[in-house]
Amino acid sequence: MSSTDSRAAIFAAIRANRPNVQPPQPDVPLFDTKAPTDLVAAFSDMLGKMGGSVLDPQGQYPINALRAAVANKGIIATAVPELHGDPSLQIRQVLPDMDPHSLANVEIGVVRAAFGVAETGSVCLTDTELQVNTLGYLPQHLIVLLDPARIVPNLHHAYRQPEFHEHNYAVFQTGPSATADIEGVLIHGAQGVRSLRVLFCAPQAG
Amino acid sequence: MSIENQAAPTTPAGRTGDGAPANLTHGAGASVTMPPRGPEPQPRGAIIRGNHPIDQQEAARRFMAAPQHLAMHDQRLWDLRQKRDKQKDTIEEWEDLRQLASDIKTHTLTHLDTYLEQFERNAKANGVIVHWAKDADEHNRIAVDILKSKNAKRLIKSKSMLTEECGFREYAGDQGIDVVETDLGERIQQLDDEAPSHVVVPAVHKLRTDVAEVFARTLGSDPNDSDVSYLTEQQREHTRPLILTADAGMTGCNFAVAETGSVVVCTNEGNADLSANTTGLHIVSMGIEKIIPNLNSLAVFVRMLSRSALGSPITQYTSHFRGPRRGAEMHIIIVDNGRTDRLGLEKFWTSLKCIRCGACMNTCPVFRRSGGLSYGATYAGPIGLIIDPTFNRHKYSTLPFSSTMNGSCTNVCPVKINIHEQIADWRQVLAENHEIPAFKKSMMKAAGALLASPRLYRASLPMADSALRHIPRFMLYNRMNTWTRGREMPSVPKETFHQWFKRTRGKDGKKKS
Amino acid sequence: MRVGLFVPCYVDAFHPEVGQATLELLERFGCDVDYPFDQTCCGQPMTNTGCHKESKATEELFVRNFKDFDYIVGPSGSCVNHVRNNFDAVEQTDEVKHVREHTYELVEFLHDVLKVDAFPWAEFPHKVTLHNNCNALRGLNIASMTELREKKFSKPRDLLSKVKGLELVDITRPDECCGFGGTFSVFEEATSARMGQDKARDQAKSGAEYVTSSDSSCMMHQEGCARRLGLPTKYIHIAQILNGARA
Repeated sequence: MSSTDSRAAIFAAIRANRPNVQPPQPDVPLFDTKAPTDLVAAFSDMLGKMGGSVLDPQGQYPINALRAAVANKGIIATAVPELHGDPSLQIRQVLPDMDPHSLANVEIGVVRAAFGVAETGSVCLTDTELQVNTLGYLPQHLIVLLDPARIVPNLHHAYRQPEFHEHNYAVFQTGPSATADIEGVLIHGAQGVRSLRVLFCAPQAG
Repeated sequence: MSIENQAAPTTPAGRTGDGAPANLTHGAGASVTMPPRGPEPQPRGAIIRGNHPIDQQEAARRFMAAPQHLAMHDQRLWDLRQKRDKQKDTIEEWEDLRQLASDIKTHTLTHLDTYLEQFERNAKANGVIVHWAKDADEHNRIAVDILKSKNAKRLIKSKSMLTEECGFREYAGDQGIDVVETDLGERIQQLDDEAPSHVVVPAVHKLRTDVAEVFARTLGSDPNDSDVSYLTEQQREHTRPLILTADAGMTGCNFAVAETGSVVVCTNEGNADLSANTTGLHIVSMGIEKIIPNLNSLAVFVRMLSRSALGSPITQYTSHFRGPRRGAEMHIIIVDNGRTDRLGLEKFWTSLKCIRCGACMNTCPVFRRSGGLSYGATYAGPIGLIIDPTFNRHKYSTLPFSSTMNGSCTNVCPVKINIHEQIADWRQVLAENHEIPAFKKSMMKAAGALLASPRLYRASLPMADSALRHIPRFMLYNRMNTWTRGREMPSVPKETFHQWFKRTRGKDGKKKS
Repeated sequence: MRVGLFVPCYVDAFHPEVGQATLELLERFGCDVDYPFDQTCCGQPMTNTGCHKESKATEELFVRNFKDFDYIVGPSGSCVNHVRNNFDAVEQTDEVKHVREHTYELVEFLHDVLKVDAFPWAEFPHKVTLHNNCNALRGLNIASMTELREKKFSKPRDLLSKVKGLELVDITRPDECCGFGGTFSVFEEATSARMGQDKARDQAKSGAEYVTSSDSSCMMHQEGCARRLGLPTKYIHIAQILNGARA
């Protein structure tokens, strides 16, 4: 049987076996009447509960805090304009045409999130922000820049953002890669990044 | 708020207490640290004898005879159930979400053709190549044909119950493809040549010492080191080179969004993203029932899935694949494999609503005490009891009886499948189709005749003056008195209620003074 | 109010005192109670095993016995749940519908129909833990369920709170099935006994002297497990406590 024949057979079977009810498509509300007023605090709290952390600039300009966080940490890969590639500092610029495997030896990846979700502490990373998708998981650690003005209260708001219509790849990443597959013991860095830190900072003007 | 001032450690996490934060309790982790147990030989699953009905009780008995395994398994899964309860308590609209999720699935399953067509149209427009497979064989053939056409030798894949259902790994292996599972639990099971025992935590029935034995045998790790951080790190270090040299990636699909043509995959390890994004070829295995109408619906399911499964608000990674990366190929194989037949079963079609969260397994007291492999089928636990017989009515005819029908599964189900009622309905279907053992059937015939006759019933009861007091036969249902293997018999009173009433009140029911 | 007393088969055979307490309790509240002599069973053992045809005659007998009462009351959530929610083997005549709609488990009858607010004669100066039968809980909804996000309530707790001296204590897994499961208890004996033993251990750990329940079948199983384990816990039906049993 060819795939086309199978397609026809499957559709015929679906139509022949359709359950005898005709329910309407339900509306999905936003469920946001009790959304937190301080979205940054709510986001940070959930991020912590999911194993991530907030990178505190400690009074410095956020970008200076970022530079300090990556200084002398081995190979850095950056996909953000706030941190330029600089071979003398082992900072590599991520470019869209790079081989996905080339990020395998990176210690820290730096990327900007499209937006954040307060309900879950998730950041949304898309193929545009990542440039090379494996930037999200091949490095050992990840630092994510997030505009504090771009935090939505919950997943209902999140899925009304345009990203899911525009990008071939988008991920809600929530804290680091984790596994509890052996006796429930939680370990960070099962396959993807071992840590995820979020630095609040608005994108550079222009 | 969790604030970290120090730079991240630049060395691997190492063992617990040595750089890695010890006793992490968020996300999918256990909320209490369990005592190390074992070693104790791992009890294996049901003995498969061709098409013979599975003897779940026999395998369960062996599992319960391994106290270390039993205690860990029960405690781990009960903890997941409790973590789920805590999540439920944080969401005011929880029951509304369950109803919405159920209603969305009802709507979608009754408009499956419309939404599949819309999905296909959008996926194709996004540059995805769409295939259709009527059954497991066709799915496997299509996938391997794609791989061969790209000369792919090594395939990295994330966990997919559909590929388990199809026996894909074995088929691909026979065709010379090196398949590497990238989910830790699934990888453990692959290396141990054992099926996953749970849809979300595939190796939950194994002690850390079992894993140490498997990794020592297959990866060459230290057989005497069963530290979980060490074991996890061993797997990461062994799998990463395989990921980096793979030719193709494969993922399952948790949700397929008709509106955008996207597939959504949820993992905690990020291994689906690695599998899909590292090579130039991404193949998705998708069951036809995974379809949902739109992104607004997706929000409902993503909010429920990990909360129900693991008691965490969301999986660490929720990944949306709408089309291929630049220069890469993306294929989606849409599979029926019995689903359209199930759609036509009046009492059972709603089982297609299942989103494979495993909450019914975590809460099931039978599952927790017998282990998922005791069911001898791809799907274990409550949801398995109502799905498995659709694959093979004879072989899985015994499974719907491995339940007390207590209904907890129905209550935790995020899409409100009436699981325990369907278990009862399956028993009826099986009994009426002569798929229950003859001795059971004749016993029920005898019990039915006895209980329909007040005279016969009275005669069967233990007599007050009888020297030999025994439990009435109709309550034992068996010549062998299995009751007393693990319990004492109830003591038999001097007289039955019936006799007491007759003696003290007489036929007219008035008190004798 | 004419009430038909439904005494399930295992209560009849093993726990006549539960039937007696139920009868006396209903009479204390002025019900005109009769016990139909020809009753046997509700048919659940057969239906539970999938054999609906085999339970038809038993269900018909049940309806013949109880069709003329205003209410049918039994001290067993499991059997009442079967009559109310699963009585499908028999043809659904008006008589059958009447019986199904008017069959009550004792606790819900006292709580919802008689709306009892005091048991002046009842005093039970003991630590007690409550076991809700799964059918009474998830089928008849006599209490809120831990799986659902709903307002907490418990009809048996409400009633027990009116008993002088009684102290309720909780176990760690209150809603967990004890593994009786009707025919499950003999066909899947190993799992059943293990679940019952775990339940009995949990009960003993709570410090309760007594376990009470509105269902004798679960307790018959639990008591058998507790005895096998050598645990000291005693088991008593809620009807007996409410009727004034002291121990």
